[in-house]
Amino acid sequence: MGLVTYVSFDGEKTEIDVPNGDNLMQAALDNGISGILGDCGGGCACATCHCIVDDAWAAKSGEPDELEADMLDGLIDPKPTSRLSCQIIMKDELDGIVVHLPESQL
Amino acid sequence: MSETVVIIGAGQAGGDMTTALRQQGFEGRIVMIGEEPALPYRRPPLSKAYLSGEMTEEQLYIKPAATYEKQNVEVKTGVRVESIDRAAKTVKLADGEEIGYTYLAFCTGGHARRLPLEGAEKPNVHYVRTIEDIEKLKAQFQPGKRLLIIGGGYIGLEAAAVGIKKELNVTLVEALPRLLARVTGPELSDYYYGVHTAKGVDIKLGAGVETLEGGDTVETVVLADGTRLDADVIIVGIGLIPNTELAEAAGLTVDNGIHVDLQCRSIDDDSIFAAGDCANHDHGFLLRRMRLESVPNASEGARVIAATICGKEAEHNGAPWFWSDQYDLKLQMVGINQGYEEVVIRGSMEDNSFSAFYLANGVIISADTVNRPKDFMMAKKLVAGRVKSDAATLSDESVELKSLLG
Repeated sequence: MGLVTYVSFDGEKTEIDVPNGDNLMQAALDNGISGILGDCGGGCACATCHCIVDDAWAAKSGEPDELEADMLDGLIDPKPTSRLSCQIIMKDELDGIVVHLPESQL
Repeated sequence: MSETVVIIGAGQAGGDMTTALRQQGFEGRIVMIGEEPALPYRRPPLSKAYLSGEMTEEQLYIKPAATYEKQNVEVKTGVRVESIDRAAKTVKLADGEEIGYTYLAFCTGGHARRLPLEGAEKPNVHYVRTIEDIEKLKAQFQPGKRLLIIGGGYIGLEAAAVGIKKELNVTLVEALPRLLARVTGPELSDYYYGVHTAKGVDIKLGAGVETLEGGDTVETVVLADGTRLDADVIIVGIGLIPNTELAEAAGLTVDNGIHVDLQCRSIDDDSIFAAGDCANHDHGFLLRRMRLESVPNASEGARVIAATICGKEAEHNGAPWFWSDQYDLKLQMVGINQGYEEVVIRGSMEDNSFSAFYLANGVIISADTVNRPKDFMMAKKLVAGRVKSDAATLSDESVELKSLLG
């Protein structure tokens, strides 16, 4: 279990306890967080669960794999720490992670 | 008085609508009624990771039960809606309960088209639509079995890929002269024919099924040309029929889906909406009436309805997109290629990394991408923006697709 803080585009913070092994897209859906859609259900096929990992957590959350990197590259305005939240899996080292949500997922 | 939204159907659209209504600020009562016993779940993995055993039922759920409770959504599963009284604004359930509504949303989805042949009801003839379907199929889906798939669309091809992975002997018959005929161009059909054939699927095109023979189970499938194919397990993937009986009985306009407008609102009744496979809606991007069968379409419709109920401006206008996973190939498609005049291939089919762009009047109306997520993301924008281009530009990999967006 680890704590995740989702920061909406307007700056509103929501803290959620996420079990280890769960991805941050599903955790957002499970808790009714606005700003993450996850249309493809976590298949890395839609890029509607885009988040920007807080700089302080970028190194710990790891690098996207090739498929994810390609999807991110196709966003209109990707940031250096952009990730697809369905590909970030909760583990002990990520307890406390902060992710920022973009203005729109579409 | 507080408002009530009643959602008929607990699938992708229904599940997503409960989320969207609360996110948009709806504070009234939400009741979602589903015929299947399960909570709303994702159907795409049924023909992929769920069939192969890599996913559990719980992992299919869009949200766990606790989330519906937290969002104060009443979920009634395993119960049918019997009838709708539009004058009284009530729905009547099979268990006798009557629920009043302010707004009613049809998210009833569809059911697998049945094979109209004698013997099709036998226990080794399967469909791929529900968890229950797959549970029955899984028990027979064993290495070495002769699997015969009827239908060369997404369902059939995805099931074939899982069959090969699980070491079944796979034969696939398609009545039309090419695979994926309804959804893609001949170039992609030929490509997927080659892929599946190389993996060991015996594909018969232009092969209509004439009769099913056998005893307690179907043992032999006889084709129109007399060919006899012996089989242990049969999967039928020949399309979907929208579930519209209730809407019809309620006097709503139904013709290949429930007719709704750009806000997914019934053209007959202001308090009734429809989204997902059961809806035939005006489409703000395609500029015509369409019934689409896809998760993104169901989700978008659900969000549009939620926004509309909450008094916000929204219309169903996203460029439709689809995906299909077969073997290690990621097919992602955007737009509807109907009416295209030219197809341009970018990349290499031999290397299993390419995109097909469909042009009409010089405008990119659709694209199919294979193992090219970046192309797909760009194609979504090119199609949505009705961007013009040409064969020389699109096939030239030194030209970044991004640059076409201007």
